[in-house]
Amino acid sequence: MSTPMDPKARAEVRRGWLLSAPALVLLAVGASGPLLIMLVYSFLEAGQYGNVEWVISFKAWFNVVMTRDIFDGTLGFADAHLTIFWRSAKLAFLTTVFCFVVGFPTAWFIATRTPSMRTALLFLITIPFWTNLLIRTFAINQIIRNEGFLNTGLLYLGIIKEPIVMLYTDFAVFIGMTYVYLPLMVLPLFAAIDRFDMRLLQAGYDLYASRWQLLRHVIVPVVKPGIISGSILVFIPALGAYVTPRILGGGRNMMIGNFIELQFGQGRNWPLGAALSVVLLVIVSVALIVYTRFATGGQDKSHG
Amino acid sequence: MADRSFSISRLPGFATIAVIVFVLLYLPIAMLVIFSFNAGDSVAIWEGFSLRWYPEAWQNEAVKAATLRSLQVATAASLIATGVATMAALGTTRRRATRGQSFVYVMINQPLMVPEIVTGVALLIFFSSIKVITGYQGLGYLILAHAAFCTPFAYLPIRARLEGMDLALETAAADLYASPWQTFRHVTLPLVMPGAVAGLMLAFVTSLDDVVITEFVKSAGQDTLPTYMLAQIRRSVSADINAISTLLLLLTVVLLTAFFLLTRKRT
Repeated sequence: MSTPMDPKARAEVRRGWLLSAPALVLLAVGASGPLLIMLVYSFLEAGQYGNVEWVISFKAWFNVVMTRDIFDGTLGFADAHLTIFWRSAKLAFLTTVFCFVVGFPTAWFIATRTPSMRTALLFLITIPFWTNLLIRTFAINQIIRNEGFLNTGLLYLGIIKEPIVMLYTDFAVFIGMTYVYLPLMVLPLFAAIDRFDMRLLQAGYDLYASRWQLLRHVIVPVVKPGIISGSILVFIPALGAYVTPRILGGGRNMMIGNFIELQFGQGRNWPLGAALSVVLLVIVSVALIVYTRFATGGQDKSHG
Repeated sequence: MADRSFSISRLPGFATIAVIVFVLLYLPIAMLVIFSFNAGDSVAIWEGFSLRWYPEAWQNEAVKAATLRSLQVATAASLIATGVATMAALGTTRRRATRGQSFVYVMINQPLMVPEIVTGVALLIFFSSIKVITGYQGLGYLILAHAAFCTPFAYLPIRARLEGMDLALETAAADLYASPWQTFRHVTLPLVMPGAVAGLMLAFVTSLDDVVITEFVKSAGQDTLPTYMLAQIRRSVSADINAISTLLLLLTVVLLTAFFLLTRKRT
């Protein structure tokens, strides 16, 4: 790094920056920059009709977890907020775990097919991944609603007498998120399993390992980076989910995303919305840092 | 031998789970498509085949306007995204890695790492001030926001293409007295083209599918197809939403298949 660059290399670097400049400007204006403005807004007072008053205030941050009683002015935890955080964390976690439980066998199955079959199955996983999330959530809505396919079928078969209420419950959000985010788990798992050397299994068998022991002590440790990638890729959007809880969870089963949106709509508390967004962003950043630590840790980056 | 390696990699129950997963992955979408051809307006009881929902959806002025707006925004945003992504990819590949390169890489991929809701909120705050200052209310905000989050999707296939490129080709062109521009025009550009087209398609699909950021950025009366659908779904379910979904689905599958064929040829 310390050796001075020759003019040619320097020209090359300059050309690189010039070519990257339009993209950098676009991303700075349309993505990164606004995040900083949002951070500033979280330290302002809420305006009466939305937007903000330009007065420095820590009220929004205070309100993230605390509340002052409107009658006697005592301080207490904002139970409603904590319930929403808890629900979001719980649902995102359950979704991630369940996606792994069904995603791992699926990825394994795909990786152990013949090459042409594998390509076809991967394509089948990729299509839902690129298909509009709204449409997929809506498809689930149609299946589980009271007059939907599932209830109609069960009623017709005489298994149930009344429709089972599934829509607008936490369960519906969990099912919906598992459905929409599953490809995000399967794809990185597949990538990891695809690189897995099947001869390791042979070696394990020769040493009298059972299939379960092989799974536990050989396969899982080796494909761990894929497991971590998949889990992060599912957990992050699940935690910040907005569309799925809105369509399947209804008004009472809000997650953080819906709660943030509320602050910019009826809630008219932009600073609180901004502060909540910063909280979400911090959680996601921590998850990403943990991910880079673990996923690349095996490749000896620990001293760097 | 082949038989044997098959048996060692077989884990009990895995195939069953995988098959169930594939069925369940497609069943809801299949139901949605099937019931878009239902004569009645139930989403669960089949009342005969009919195409009535398609013209019905199209005769709805709001649907028509939202569709055109979606296409407008997706076209403009994906072209901008592909343009800047191609330049950035040319600037960040085919040379020794530097620290600046990873900075560009992080910046471009930033929309993939930040939850959509957070980007949406940040843009709402930012654009609302701009709207007050400039008075401009047009589609420009949506196009700018979409172009920004589509850029990583355009960038990745182009970068992959350039990284697989033989550097000697450019050197050879220069040795044969081609000017830098001629080298770019006749050597680099044709090689990048499949990547750029693939990137353009991914960016287009990404823009077309976006709900969350659009929901926050749009001004009144600027519904795109997804935000229009979101509003409708909450109110009531009518089978014309199935018809619109089916068409959108079809468009996605067509673009993806094209993308798949385009990128597969090389490997």
